[in-house]
Amino acid sequence: MAISFTVNGQKRQVDGDSAKPLLWVLREDLDMVGTKFGCGAGLCGACTVHVGGEAVRSCQTPLGDVAGKAITTIEGVQAGDAGKRIAAAWVKHDVPQCGYCQAGQIMSATALLATTPKPSDEEIDAAMMGNLCRCSTYVRIRAAIKDAAGIKDMQA
Amino acid sequence: MSAATLSRRGFISASLLAGGGLLFDLNVPVARAADGTPVILTAFIRILPDNRVVIGAKNAEIGQGAKTMLPMMIAEELGVDWSQVTIEQTHADAKIFGGQSAGGSRTTPREWLPTRQAGAAARAMLVAAAAQGWGVAPETLKTSAGKVIDPKSGKSATYASLAAVAAKLPAPDPATLKLTDSADFRIIGQSVGGVDTPAIVAGKPLFGIDFKLPNMLYAVLETCPAFGGTMKSANLDAVKALPGVAHVLTIKGDGTPESGFEGVAILSKSWWSANQAREALKIDWDVSAVSGFSTESYASQAAAKRKGKADADIVRTGDVDAAFASAVKTVTADYDYPFLAHGTLEPQNCTALFKDGAVEIWAPTQNPESGRALVAKALNLPPEKIRINFTRIGGGFGRRLMNDYMVQAASIAAQLPGVPVKLLWTRQQDIQRDFYRPAGWHGFRAALDKGGKLTAFHDHFVTFGKDGKPVRSAEMPASELPVGLIDNVLLEQSFLATNMPTGWLRAPGSNALGFVTQAFLDEVAQAAGKDLPTLMLDLFSDPKALPRGPNQPPFVTARAKGVIEKAIAMGDWANRKTLPKGSGKGFAFYYSHMGYFAEVVEVAIVDGVPKVKTVWVAGDVGSQIINPINALHQAQGSVIEGLGQALAGQQITQVAGAVEQANYDTHPYLRINDAPQIIVEFVKTDYPPTGLGEPALPPVIPALVNAIYAATGKRIRTLPVTAEMLA
Repeated sequence: MAISFTVNGQKRQVDGDSAKPLLWVLREDLDMVGTKFGCGAGLCGACTVHVGGEAVRSCQTPLGDVAGKAITTIEGVQAGDAGKRIAAAWVKHDVPQCGYCQAGQIMSATALLATTPKPSDEEIDAAMMGNLCRCSTYVRIRAAIKDAAGIKDMQA
Repeated sequence: MSAATLSRRGFISASLLAGGGLLFDLNVPVARAADGTPVILTAFIRILPDNRVVIGAKNAEIGQGAKTMLPMMIAEELGVDWSQVTIEQTHADAKIFGGQSAGGSRTTPREWLPTRQAGAAARAMLVAAAAQGWGVAPETLKTSAGKVIDPKSGKSATYASLAAVAAKLPAPDPATLKLTDSADFRIIGQSVGGVDTPAIVAGKPLFGIDFKLPNMLYAVLETCPAFGGTMKSANLDAVKALPGVAHVLTIKGDGTPESGFEGVAILSKSWWSANQAREALKIDWDVSAVSGFSTESYASQAAAKRKGKADADIVRTGDVDAAFASAVKTVTADYDYPFLAHGTLEPQNCTALFKDGAVEIWAPTQNPESGRALVAKALNLPPEKIRINFTRIGGGFGRRLMNDYMVQAASIAAQLPGVPVKLLWTRQQDIQRDFYRPAGWHGFRAALDKGGKLTAFHDHFVTFGKDGKPVRSAEMPASELPVGLIDNVLLEQSFLATNMPTGWLRAPGSNALGFVTQAFLDEVAQAAGKDLPTLMLDLFSDPKALPRGPNQPPFVTARAKGVIEKAIAMGDWANRKTLPKGSGKGFAFYYSHMGYFAEVVEVAIVDGVPKVKTVWVAGDVGSQIINPINALHQAQGSVIEGLGQALAGQQITQVAGAVEQANYDTHPYLRINDAPQIIVEFVKTDYPPTGLGEPALPPVIPALVNAIYAATGKRIRTLPVTAEMLA
């Protein structure tokens, strides 16, 4: 069954199993491999994308659920203002170590700033707790989010 | 004879590139202190016609920063600006590039001299070319931003313009090269962001899992959940008939975990489809030989062993029995810790293409040459018929020092000549088919004299072994402190059998031995009426250089004292008793991977759960921090990883020969809400720089449990920490 949606503003149509997770549709059918496979169970956040502006785990989102929806991925997130500021802060703070989780981290952080322009520490924790960083870059993730939000960080 | 053994002087060649640039192929030999074997480093440097510079990054990049740091060292000595430089990852070939592994925090000590020599050699040839053209002595010339400058005449020439002349010059002897004085460093010592950071942030394909070839098939692999089980039968034909399945085939393995156990591979154009088909796969395994292995059984065997006579000595000095007989006070305690998985966020994967009797591999591997040897054996190929390309690596932590996934991918590809195959494991397989940090049990005794001085130390270590030797990463070194610091020490070991594959997890050995020895010595210090930093400073009071293993510098007590004094000053140790009830500070020191680290942890018990507020880290890794921002990141990551081993609930348990945990819910790691403030300072000492991937990790675990004791009065002698232990 052909399912239509947009990815980063472009119309896409995929003819496939409606149960196939969006993660694998992006990686295999659309050749967009920036979104990462980490756990396949919604536990690590590496596969986070935006569906209708909301951060979701694409490994837990069947293709059938995104018909007609607007999807944003790491490849396109810098087209928006929050995404641009987050990406710039990520580079400035040199957040990544191995870098594998960072697409998911950036997608979660961007969704946070889009709804909460000046997040508190608790709001940052709540928005980012679903994203595992095995290298533990959390100190810089927090600092970069605050920097992107224009919050002075006493600890950074 | 390979280039590596041609000459102790090695060779440096410069050749013109098409279009007028210059390629330096630099082979700089460095005699190793231990056996004098020359180690060859090749660093390629390309000077492009527009005077931009391409530097080859030759080491595996797992997030430890080698891909940025090594080119920084070349650029420093080459005399170019970092902004002129682009970095290219080389492929893996020890015959060309020397050591390329990422492990043991060894990259910095291994590369510090030869990598700078490589840059200096290229610079010398460019300077010589300019000197020849201008008819002046090379010593009178300077370099800056990729130009040779004659301060006297004011002439300057770009490196690119000197290419044709430099290519014809003889190469300098690396031993004659004068390296840049540290006071004049322009790039070394500056914080340089990761060279791949912009590409990572943009979501570019960098990792093994991202690599694609035309007409590639994806493979999933099913192996026996109980390590060492053998296949009796499988419904291969039924799976072959499923839609989307291209091939179903078996791989044999050789019965060892290193080469990958036998299994069934399902191939499809879509990994997701192949993995769906796996649900229909039914394999009947014979696990009779391994089903007796379980966590419960290890625990009861270890308890019995620990009470009895040890199987073997590790080291015995002085007269331990007499020291205990005359002790005024004896402290005893039992400690233990569980198996741990690595949980690299990028699941194990490898791409392989077998064609015309050769195999090409694209692998996130920390240790390519070991993989090459295993693939050569498994496929019965000469090693030179195996080309290994590095991808960026989505987390190493020691897991990818093993290359089982590489052998598996190559073994599948060998059955499908001409078809590129990407093997990708599921997360469940990744947690359940690991090479685990081994569990261990320790029975400690310490003797104190009437002055509270430590006079004897005894550890009966129950570990895993085979044929009278510890298995991989289950060893205790004969130099484990306090060996060499007090007269009477007995370290001895007993062995349990296991079918669990074991391996190196970040700061291997040390991540467990640091916990047990420094937590126990905190108990000893308390019994002696002092605190742990005082006890350690007493032990280190005599200036000594204690010998370590081969190819290792000695342990220098003055360096240990330096970081201890620094850490207790940073962590305001003297005023620790002014903290409110339910809060506490703990201290620990540990030496590993040539790095000296002392740490203070402040913890508060919130709703019965330990919450780490701040960690102060003092480290000594020698005279120079090469890339300060990355050094800080390595220390921060090590600290949070260590805290996670204690606090996140990590443990791998086994029932009937198989691992019980399967994903990040049952083998969890700390999240952002648990990340404390981490303050890091380095004590600079006049020793060659050493690595930072690991040594900040071991002390944080004992510093944490010692802080929990200060806050609660409860000793933590078993990991992970649970709420019941604090209740």
